[in-house]
Amino acid sequence: MAEASLLLCRRLTRRFGGIAALTDLDLEVAAGAIHSIIGPNGAGKTTVFNCITQNLSPTSGEVWFRSERIDGLTPDRVAAAGISRTYQNIRLFRNITAIENLLVGMHLHVHSHWWGAVLGTPHTRREEARAHAEALKLLHFIDLAGRGDLLARNLAYGEQRRLEIGRALATRPKLLLLDEPTAGMNPHETSRMMAFIQRVRAEFDITILLIEHQMRVVMGMSDRVTVLDHGAKIAEGTPAEVQGDPAVIEAYLGVKSAAPAAARDHAASLLGAAASER
Amino acid sequence: MKTLTKAATTGLLFGVGGVYLALVGLLEMMQARPIVFGAVNLGQAVLALLALACGVVAARDAGPAFARAGAGLLGGLVAGALMALLQVIVATVPLQGMFIAASPALRNMLAFGFAPGPGALAMLLGGGIGGLAGAVLAVTLPSLRRAIVAGAAAVVIAGVFQELIQLMMQYEGIIGWIRDFVYTWQGLRPQGAVAIFVIAGGTSLVLSHRSSADHVPSPDERRRRRFISAGVALLVLVLMPLLAGAYIGEVLMLVGLYILMGMGLNLEVGLAGLLDLGFVAFFAVGAYTTALLTSGSSIGLLHLSYWEAMPIAVLISILGGVLFGLPVLGVRGDYLAVATLGLGEIVRIVVLSDFAAPLLGGPQGVLDIPKPSIGSFELGSPVKLFYLTLVCAGVAAFIAWRLENSRLGRAWEALRDDEDVAQALGVNLIRSKLLAYGLGAAFAGLGGSIFATMLGSVYPSSFQLLISINVLALIIVGGMGSLPGVVLGAIALIGLPELLREFGEYRYLFYGAALIVMMRWKPEGLWPSEVRSRELHAAAGEAEPVAAMEPG
Repeated sequence: MAEASLLLCRRLTRRFGGIAALTDLDLEVAAGAIHSIIGPNGAGKTTVFNCITQNLSPTSGEVWFRSERIDGLTPDRVAAAGISRTYQNIRLFRNITAIENLLVGMHLHVHSHWWGAVLGTPHTRREEARAHAEALKLLHFIDLAGRGDLLARNLAYGEQRRLEIGRALATRPKLLLLDEPTAGMNPHETSRMMAFIQRVRAEFDITILLIEHQMRVVMGMSDRVTVLDHGAKIAEGTPAEVQGDPAVIEAYLGVKSAAPAAARDHAASLLGAAASER
Repeated sequence: MKTLTKAATTGLLFGVGGVYLALVGLLEMMQARPIVFGAVNLGQAVLALLALACGVVAARDAGPAFARAGAGLLGGLVAGALMALLQVIVATVPLQGMFIAASPALRNMLAFGFAPGPGALAMLLGGGIGGLAGAVLAVTLPSLRRAIVAGAAAVVIAGVFQELIQLMMQYEGIIGWIRDFVYTWQGLRPQGAVAIFVIAGGTSLVLSHRSSADHVPSPDERRRRRFISAGVALLVLVLMPLLAGAYIGEVLMLVGLYILMGMGLNLEVGLAGLLDLGFVAFFAVGAYTTALLTSGSSIGLLHLSYWEAMPIAVLISILGGVLFGLPVLGVRGDYLAVATLGLGEIVRIVVLSDFAAPLLGGPQGVLDIPKPSIGSFELGSPVKLFYLTLVCAGVAAFIAWRLENSRLGRAWEALRDDEDVAQALGVNLIRSKLLAYGLGAAFAGLGGSIFATMLGSVYPSSFQLLISINVLALIIVGGMGSLPGVVLGAIALIGLPELLREFGEYRYLFYGAALIVMMRWKPEGLWPSEVRSRELHAAAGEAEPVAAMEPG
C-alpha cells in the first residue's frame, strides 16, 4: 500500500438485484486532498459513499483505509477507524438539540459506562465536562455559538448543513465524506460553504472526499476529480484534465463523440467556466 | 355562511357524542355520582360540559365577538336538538331491545324530569344556553376564564371524590368544622360548593395576576419552584395512604407498580424508540423469579427471603430483556411492535403450558410467597408495600434520569431519530439496543417482584397483553421520554379509573377516548419531555472546564 493514499477501493462492485449500481471501481484518495466525485444523476456516487462507510456492503471488491481492510466491518467500526460522513438530504437527529447532536458525534471519544453515569462517578463527570467543552468549541467552529440549545429541526437550512458537518467532525475523522454539501444553496451560500470546507481541511488536517453537482464548487476546490457514469469510472485527473475529456462531455450532455463540435465546445465551456473562477 | 356551517357541524358532532354517551349507558351511570348533593350530579355536569365545549369549539375562529356568540349558540342548539330528539325517541319507541341503556330513567334524565314535550324544549334551550356560555367563556379575559375553569374543576373534584376526601378529614376541631361546612355525609353541600369555587377561582386569579406582573422567572427560580412542587407531591404521596386509609393505599400501590414499569418502558420506547408490545414478559419474569425463589410451597426452589430474591429477580429480568432483544435486533418500527407482541405472548403461553408446569406450576401458578420484613417488622399490607414501591420508583426515576443525561442516553435518542446515522457515528447498535431492553426489563422485573409478594401468589393469567398496552398508553398520554409524564400518565390512566370504580366496564372506552384526544390535540403528552439546555445552562455546574476551554 502506497503511503500517500489514505483510502483505496479496488474493483468495488455493488449490485441491487440485477442492476449494477457500481462496477469495478478503483479509487485512490491521497492523504490531505480534496477529492471530488462527479457524474450525472444515478451515476452511483452516493453508492460509493455507502460502500465505503459500509452502510451498504459491497457485492465484491475491497476497501482499504490506512492500510487496513474495512469492507465487512459494521458502520460503527468504520467510524472508529476514522471515516465520517454527511448525507445528501440532511440527516440530523432532529428531536435533540444542536449541541446534543455534536455530543452524539463524540460518542466514540467519551469514555464512560452507563453505571458510571448512574452513580455519577468523578470519572464520568470529568468525561462529560470534557466532552461538553469540546462540543462548545466545535459549535463555535461551525459558527453556531449561541444556537446550541435549539432543536436541530428548528435550525435554518445552512445551519443544519454546517451542524451535520460538525457532527461528522466530532468523531475526529481522518477522512470526511461530504455528500453534496451545497445542495439547495444560492451562489452566496455556496461560496460560504466552499470557504467553510477549506477551513475544515486546514483546521482539522483531514482528507475530504466530496460528491458535488455544482461545477463551480468541484472545479474551484478539488485537487483531483473522479467522474462516474452508470456506475463506472469514465475519467479521473485534475479538474483541468477532466473538463476537456470527451467522455465526460458526452456523459454530461448525452452527445456522441462524433457530435458537432459546437455542442462539445458548449459543454467544455460549461465545465470550464467554473474552473476559471479558481 | 361558512361560520354557520361550521358551528352546525360542531353541534352535530357534540350531539352525536352525547347520544353515544347516553346509549352506552355512561350518562345514566354517572347520575349516581353526585357532585353537589341534591343539586348537580356527574351526568348533568357532563351534559353541561358537552354544551360548553361545543360552544367553545363552534365559536373558535368565528371572527368578531357577536359572531362568536352566535356560532356558540347555534352549535349548542344543534347539539341540544339531537339530545332532545333522542329523549323523544326513547319516550315513544321501545328501544331497549337494542340499547339496554335506553331506559325510562335515561329519558327522565334527558328531560330534566319533565314530560317528553317540555323536556325536549328544556334540552334544546339548555344546549343553546350552554353553547352560548361556552362562546362567551372563550372570548372573556384569559385570567378570568382560567379562574372560572379552576373553580369549576375544584368543585367537580371535591364532589366526585367526596368519599375519599371526607375519609381524610375524619378529625375533630377545625378540620372537622370545615368538613361539616363543606360536606354532608352524602356529598357536597351547595354552600361548600360555592366556597370551593370562590377559593379555587380566587387563588387562580391572584396567581395569574402575580405571574403577569412578575418578570419571566430565571432558570434558577424555575428550578427551585420545580424542586418545591416535586417535594410537595412527594409529601402528599407519602401521607396520602396514612390519611385516606387502606383503599387509597392499594390504588397508589398499583399506580406505583405502573410507574415502575412505565419508567422501564420509557427507556425502551421514549428514549431508544424501540416500540415494545411484549413488555409484560419482563414483569412476569420478575414475578416468577421471586415466586420460585421464595415460595414455601413444594414448587419453591430455594425458600429465600424476599430481600435475597429481589436482586436476583432483577438480574434475571435483565438477562430476560437481553435474550428478548436478541432475536429482534434487526427488526424496526412497526415490525418491531408486532415481533415483540409475539414474544410477549410466547412467554405467557410457555408459562401456561404443561411442558413448563412442573417448574412453573402451570395455570395453578405459584402460591405461598412470603412478605418482605425488616427485622421483625413485616411489610404485610398493601399500604406498607406501597412505601416499598415508592422507594423503588424513586430509585428507578433517579437511575432513569441519570441515564437520560448520559452518553448512553444520547446514543438512545440518536437511535430513536435515525438508526443508520447513529451507527455511522460510531454507536454500537447491538450493545445500545440490548442495554435498552435489559435496563428497561430491570425496572419491570422489580415491579413484578413486588407484585408477586403483594399478592402472595402468581398466576399466568396476571400477565396479559393488556398490561403491556396499559404501560404503553400511560407513556403516550404522559409524554414520550418524560419522567414526570410517566407519573402523570400512571395517575391519569391507572389511578383515576381505579377511584371511579363503578365505571370499570367503561375503562377501555375512556382509554381509547383519552388516547385519541391526546394524539389529536396534544401528541407530545400531558408533561412533554423538556429540551435540555446544555450550551448556556450546564455551565453553571461545570463552569471551570468550560471557561478554561472556551475558544477565544
